[in-house]
Amino acid sequence: MSDMTQTAPLRPESAVAESFMMLWRDKFAFVSALFLLLVTAAALFGPALLPDGAMTMNLRGRNAPPFEWERGWVYLLGADNLGRAVLARLVIASRYTLMIAVSAVLISLVAGTVLGLLAGYCRGRVETVIVRGADILMSFPSLLLALIVLFVLSPSVSNVVIVLAISRLAVYLRTCRAEVMEIRERQFVTAARALGASHARMIFIHILPNVIPTLMTLATLEFSAVMLSESSLSFLGLGVQAPAVTWGLMVAEGRGYLASAWWLSFWPGVAISLTAISANLLANWVRTATDPAQRWRLEWRAK
Amino acid sequence: MGFYLRQRTIQSAISLLGLIVLVFFLARLTGNPADLFLPADTPQAIRDEYAARHGFDQPVIVQFGAYLMDLLRLDFGESLRDGTPALDYVLAAFPTTLLLSFWAMTISLTIAIVTGSVAAWHPGGVFDRIASLISLTGASIPNFWIAIVGVLVFSVWMRVLPTSGTGTPWHWILPVAVLFIRPCGVLVQVVRSSMLAAFASPYVKTARARGVRERAVIFVHALRNAMLPIITVAGDQAAGMINGAVIAETIFGFPGIGKLLIDAIMFRDFAVIQAAVMITAIAIFILNIGIDLLYSMLDPRVRHG
Repeated sequence: MSDMTQTAPLRPESAVAESFMMLWRDKFAFVSALFLLLVTAAALFGPALLPDGAMTMNLRGRNAPPFEWERGWVYLLGADNLGRAVLARLVIASRYTLMIAVSAVLISLVAGTVLGLLAGYCRGRVETVIVRGADILMSFPSLLLALIVLFVLSPSVSNVVIVLAISRLAVYLRTCRAEVMEIRERQFVTAARALGASHARMIFIHILPNVIPTLMTLATLEFSAVMLSESSLSFLGLGVQAPAVTWGLMVAEGRGYLASAWWLSFWPGVAISLTAISANLLANWVRTATDPAQRWRLEWRAK
Repeated sequence: MGFYLRQRTIQSAISLLGLIVLVFFLARLTGNPADLFLPADTPQAIRDEYAARHGFDQPVIVQFGAYLMDLLRLDFGESLRDGTPALDYVLAAFPTTLLLSFWAMTISLTIAIVTGSVAAWHPGGVFDRIASLISLTGASIPNFWIAIVGVLVFSVWMRVLPTSGTGTPWHWILPVAVLFIRPCGVLVQVVRSSMLAAFASPYVKTARARGVRERAVIFVHALRNAMLPIITVAGDQAAGMINGAVIAETIFGFPGIGKLLIDAIMFRDFAVIQAAVMITAIAIFILNIGIDLLYSMLDPRVRHG
């Protein structure tokens, strides 16, 4: 939360505590943050904690229904057509799902910011080329673009990340460029230029820090969008391929067993939905917390 | 206005050309179609003949030039599967997707405007909180999962709705439901925030002071002024309908553009892919121009030209 520390420069030691208090005020955001922490922890440490045998084939437990305690807790959500525990598969899949979404968001955030800075700062021909490129990217629905590209490049985890990053890049680029164009006309930037500041100093000391909060808010909002796109691609069979597994792929795999074992498709969808809802609720909170005009709602309401 | 339209058309044409280049060269990167369509033991002579007939033996840049010239004559090439003109395939599939999107968009706009307005009327109230949570949920749930749960509940368990085809109105219920939920969730949030801004404005206060009935204040005075951002987002969502249509049409076996495109991708049917992409892009450009015109109709301050 680097943006939080910036808004509380007087008491930097309490910035973390202050963010926590603001999070506590918004109960929905608090629960969302807890849930996202849980999912992250499951992705990081979960696979190591799974009991032996949860991921091996077990033909006697084929399509075991959910909520039966006698098989052990990993079978709580049922088992798939090969007798693998659904809960264990969800934990394994969370690793790929989160990793793909986070890296795609980071790549498009960095690339979009760099291009947006260039376009907003340099103007002229550089700007025209970059903006036209972004227009072409934006003029066509991102899922379709990703579908076509993934059909050419063989679908693999890294290709999915690259495609998702490129298809969402224009969003950051446009926002960043608009912000830069507005900030570069402000007085402190003009003053810095008059004092003979170098281009690097102007960009990194004066402009970039003012753009970052907006872009961070955008990135939290984009996280769930990217995760949903990845699941759609994987569901259509053009995303991640087995043996790697994501939640979207699990929904697709369970589709054939809908009439006999509904839980195979149901639980991964619940996981995607809850994660996306939490990310969106948290993004709303970040937006309020970083907006000076809205911040009071979180600071004063409960006092 | 004429100047604006011309400017806008030129811009769209440039974007379209970029898209044509992108799709054409990407499609050609996938490998030699002669290897894909002919059996592995085909003699070289037949391969050469096949490549020559479809122009695959020429350098890629020459193929691209020929393709562009054909496009100018509205010739999108022929399907590699059965030789039918690609445009015929696309034009046959297009109305289905258009109708599907139309219903989904109409339903989600109607629900969103009513719900969002009522929610903004008492911000922070019970209805507002429930509506906010439901709309955020609607915007976050993956549509393929909604489709699957829909099939599970209404087709497998209750046995009331069919799972694929287009025969009766019953066939349309699940696909439309799958398509409208996400845009509706997004739109409720937009309607709510722009109605909030409108309620805070002087003209609404004046209308209330004049004793205008509250219903008229909401749906005439405030809504008309809140319409601009709503239309912008609705336009984006309408253009994005094709994303959802790919999913809904694949799952429900609906013969629209989305299913056509996925099938063409699976068969590596270049001409059909290109035609489908192009027609969709043109439709989206027309939609965007229409939205800009609607803008200037609703708000005389926005004059293009």
